[in-house]
Amino acid sequence: MSAFLRVAALVVRKDLTVEVRSLEVVSTTLFFAVTVVLIFAFGFVKEGVPMDGVAAAILWITVAFSGTLALGRTFERERQADTLRALMLAPADRPALYAGKLVGMLLLMALVELILVPLVGLLFQAPIFRAPFRLAGLLAAGTLGFAAIGTLFAAMLVRARSRDVLLPVLLYPMTVPVMIAGVRGTAALFQPQPDAGMAQFWFALLVFFDVVFVTLALWTFEPLMTD
Amino acid sequence: MSDFDTVTADGVGRHYGRRRALTNISFTARAGDIVGLLGHNGAGKSTLLSILGTLLAASTGVVRYGGMTSAVAGASLRARIGMLGHDLFLYPELSARENLVFFGRLYDMPDAARAADAALERAGLSARAGDLVSSFSRGMRQRVALERALLHGPRLLLLDEPFTGLDQASAAALVGRLREEQARGVVTVLATHDLDVVDGLLSEVVFLQGGKRVAAPASSGTLRDRYREAMHAS
Repeated sequence: MSAFLRVAALVVRKDLTVEVRSLEVVSTTLFFAVTVVLIFAFGFVKEGVPMDGVAAAILWITVAFSGTLALGRTFERERQADTLRALMLAPADRPALYAGKLVGMLLLMALVELILVPLVGLLFQAPIFRAPFRLAGLLAAGTLGFAAIGTLFAAMLVRARSRDVLLPVLLYPMTVPVMIAGVRGTAALFQPQPDAGMAQFWFALLVFFDVVFVTLALWTFEPLMTD
Repeated sequence: MSDFDTVTADGVGRHYGRRRALTNISFTARAGDIVGLLGHNGAGKSTLLSILGTLLAASTGVVRYGGMTSAVAGASLRARIGMLGHDLFLYPELSARENLVFFGRLYDMPDAARAADAALERAGLSARAGDLVSSFSRGMRQRVALERALLHGPRLLLLDEPFTGLDQASAAALVGRLREEQARGVVTVLATHDLDVVDGLLSEVVFLQGGKRVAAPASSGTLRDRYREAMHAS
């Protein structure tokens, strides 16, 4: 295994061990995500009938909000004992540390989405099983784009006093393209006459964003963390 | 692997916008030296340690590790640096052994598990190796953290307030451990307010005030007296 992958795998394993022991981030993020969806359901479902075309937007809004919470909590853990500095001091490729933290975030968000998607399907009568692989692809690509930028910003802000305010302020404008592509692609699958071509277009755009965001983040992680 | 036996700060400065955290700091530490960074809170001690540890880039000046700089040597240089921060750099949700094994593997040590066991033995914590760090007292955490910093056999050891929260016996044990590392030729730079504990331990003292180095007084009194004199004279 290359040194890059070995270090990334070490960080992922460590993060998973810590999370399995504490369940802190998973439980708070899941609770928050379910609460957000329920609140939207109270507003947009009348007599058991949801408003047209809101399911995709609600799904992605919840992914963004709960993802922001998870990012904040994950890096708060690294801040408390200043362990992020210990990671940065190790003779490992610093981008490999970023990659490890990113994969940990993706696994966490995937777990939340496993609960979130059926819940949105249930409450908003969204046809989540009509094109399950396309939906999974859109969610995976969108989550990667969101988490790639989010992990970079959360790591950068870990020592900033107003990090809880700054993270969403910086993150949401940067990830607007991902959110738009995710919502439009998912809406294309959820509409009464699904448009596979349109979903494919937005998926391709998401993959493009992913390539750009992950490349930029790997490239800028080390200089941003030492300056 | 990059190795060195001197560490030289040459005109090192660090600015945050218009605020100067450090200005033109120079000193040289040789193998076996224990250099003390002394000064009030906000004097720039932790900033200087971060720069020496390659965690922060200097705005002006350069740090030389033998003939290398951090910009050139990068990861191989970091393999020769051990750092103990004020916040200990340990995961409270992991056991002492898991912490040491994790960092040992991160440093690509061939047998991290055995090294971790030996380190816990040295720290007198073998019996608590499997306990979560969150269940440890401050003194026990400090001992694990010091072993974590020394696990990979660093050439440069950086310590930020290592005596904070330690009782007299633990502080004496830490001084003993630092003397062992001194005998091995490790360069140690430590920032501390515990002047009585380090009196007689330090090979050189760098007095800092407001981010600048102030001249060491010529008097030969206790370290506390010299500190007071240096701070009042500037």
